[in-house]
Amino acid sequence: MKLRLSPEDAAFRAELREFFTTQVPRHIRDTVAAREDLTKEQMVESMRTLDAAGIAVPNWPVEWGGKDWTPLQRHIWHEEMRAACVPPPITFNASMVGPVIAAFGSQQVKERFLPATRNAGIWWSQGFSEPDAGSDLAALRTSAVRDGDHYVVNGQKTWTSYAQYGDWIFTLVRTDPDAPRKQAGISFLLIDMTTPGVTVRPIRLIDGGSLVNEVFFQDVRVPADNLVGQENHGWHYAKFLLGNERAGIAGVGGTKWLLAEAKTWAGDRLREDPLLAADFARLENDLLAIELTSIRVAAESSDGKAQPASSVLKLAGSELQQAVTELVLNLAGEQGLSSDPAAGAPAWTRPAAPSYLHLRAASIYGGSNEVQRQIIAGTILGL
Amino acid sequence: MDFDHTDEQRALRDAVRGLLSKTYATIDGRREATAGDPGFDEGMWSRLAEMGVLGLPFPEEAGGMGAGPVEVGLVAEEMGRVLAPEPFVEAVVLCGGLLARAGADVSGIAEGVVLPAYVGGPGVAARCDGDRWVLDGSVSPVLNGARADLLVVVAEAGGTPALFTTAQGERTSFSTYDGGRAARVTFDGTAAEPLGDPTADATGTIEYARARARVAYAHEALGAMERALEMTRDHLRDRHQFGKPLSAFQNLAFRASDMYVSLELARSTVLWASMVLADGDEAEGIEAASRAKLRAAESGRHIGQEAIQLHGGIGLTMEYQVGHYAMRLTTIEHLLGDRRHHLARLAAAVGGHRTVDPLR
Repeated sequence: MKLRLSPEDAAFRAELREFFTTQVPRHIRDTVAAREDLTKEQMVESMRTLDAAGIAVPNWPVEWGGKDWTPLQRHIWHEEMRAACVPPPITFNASMVGPVIAAFGSQQVKERFLPATRNAGIWWSQGFSEPDAGSDLAALRTSAVRDGDHYVVNGQKTWTSYAQYGDWIFTLVRTDPDAPRKQAGISFLLIDMTTPGVTVRPIRLIDGGSLVNEVFFQDVRVPADNLVGQENHGWHYAKFLLGNERAGIAGVGGTKWLLAEAKTWAGDRLREDPLLAADFARLENDLLAIELTSIRVAAESSDGKAQPASSVLKLAGSELQQAVTELVLNLAGEQGLSSDPAAGAPAWTRPAAPSYLHLRAASIYGGSNEVQRQIIAGTILGL
Repeated sequence: MDFDHTDEQRALRDAVRGLLSKTYATIDGRREATAGDPGFDEGMWSRLAEMGVLGLPFPEEAGGMGAGPVEVGLVAEEMGRVLAPEPFVEAVVLCGGLLARAGADVSGIAEGVVLPAYVGGPGVAARCDGDRWVLDGSVSPVLNGARADLLVVVAEAGGTPALFTTAQGERTSFSTYDGGRAARVTFDGTAAEPLGDPTADATGTIEYARARARVAYAHEALGAMERALEMTRDHLRDRHQFGKPLSAFQNLAFRASDMYVSLELARSTVLWASMVLADGDEAEGIEAASRAKLRAAESGRHIGQEAIQLHGGIGLTMEYQVGHYAMRLTTIEHLLGDRRHHLARLAAAVGGHRTVDPLR
């Protein structure tokens, strides 16, 4: 057992810290620090800055721009980024579709899509969930019927984050409705969102924003070349994708930053209100336990296999994120009633309620916490 | 940073596990050992001494093994897994730690022939009586106080705490709810030897020794939690109701999953605290011990309570083992500061730092 980072890892961390705090444009980091929504341009600019330094997609194969980092180094990379208020690379590009294309796409598909995916030349949306296929994703119904050298796609996707920015969407579509198992008839198809028949409709959420959308496909003609891998093997690729979605799944870096800022916002109340101080101390101890667990998982997964323990991180990490936004909302109290600057409340109180409400989604997305409990019960405990 | 044990550490764990399983493979072993005084198996205590476990943290020149908090934690965890009632943490880690630090002879402890007990509560005063020191006052509970050959006493001397040893003192023994033994110890002009300078404030020394004992207790709790969860998992698989195993009821399986989350969060924090102690900075070690003790208390209470609930009525019987795990976890929670105590300490300091950073 070893408490300290190796000199190499410590130097690695210092280098990244220097880069994130000096090379990523100030206006982007200030926006994150103010807990305001980033524009598409800011997110793209941030990803390009990382890509120019060669650190946008360390999880990819080296020949496509990845880094041969250890899981611990990837952990450090992610946490330092969050600590410096640098937005992580667009997850749909970097963590989701990129690794799938790199692993399963044809050479032609790789060459066509990977460079633009890496530098955000394409903004990808994710077309997985449907109105009747949430946790039970394999129940999806959007169909793709082969017609010559095209697929004709009909159906509806939902909860599509940032689809209003999307250039392309990677989808799971049903290509064989008669397959014996519902998982078997699914394919992984890339669709240009400017194709006729694609419609995006925003969904208003209780946090006041519209980051998620419904996407409709009506007789959308997609070149068959846009298929990733083999027809009807899409479920396998989707599982690979979800298994890869691990770096920073506990959200430790962002939560840590917020909890530290909240101390500043609490000011004298930290000394005057022992219950508040106890809330902070307890959350800090929870955060420590989760951070240490994420380091443990990273250190133990050096063989590259996904750890079932990542379900623990998703569960505990999302609950902590929620608890910390709840603490901030409580700190804001009446001052947090409106995010309208006209209310004249301190700037930090404005995002308190929206982010508290927004983070209710953390225990739902990425595999709901109930799904994670099911995974722990089945995979780890053998129940 | 890595959480892997070395081959040597794993060998130590296997050896201790092998020895303990000779007596404590089932709960009957503990039941037998705690049925009569002194509340543990003297034969096992000797065998632990022969294996070197009782001298583990002492310097080699003092007859010890010169091992650190990580090895101590491994042993404590194994004792927790089988609920071994031998007073390893109190006698070796806490008393032995204080004695070794003061340069006192600890060879008797390492050999298993001297059993010390820690008299740490407030209520004892030390005064000079001619050319000797004497103690007055009364403390309870003193774990294994009646059986102890030597008492390591924290007493107020001139306004600050100081350490003394004595083999005297009136002891009234009683049983604790987890099957152990404790005593009410009374001093009345009882002669005692100062351990170190009795006029100096020993607060720091005492607090650091308590920190090491806290982390060892947290490891013991970790072992107990792990076993309690294993038993609960087995029960959910084996027990059938309404024509199917309990594990088929999602609510029950989910509660077991939450126990697993509790266990893993505790494991991370407790292992880390051992590493912080091993790293040497005393102030950091003391704080890390509070963090580990708080986490172990919270997870231990959760897991102990749920283990009983998921077993149903059988979990409450003395005959079945899982209830004993809940009893022991409850006891450990209250030794050397409960969760409220440690949370209050951490809360009082929370404004003094921006973040807690485990990666250095």
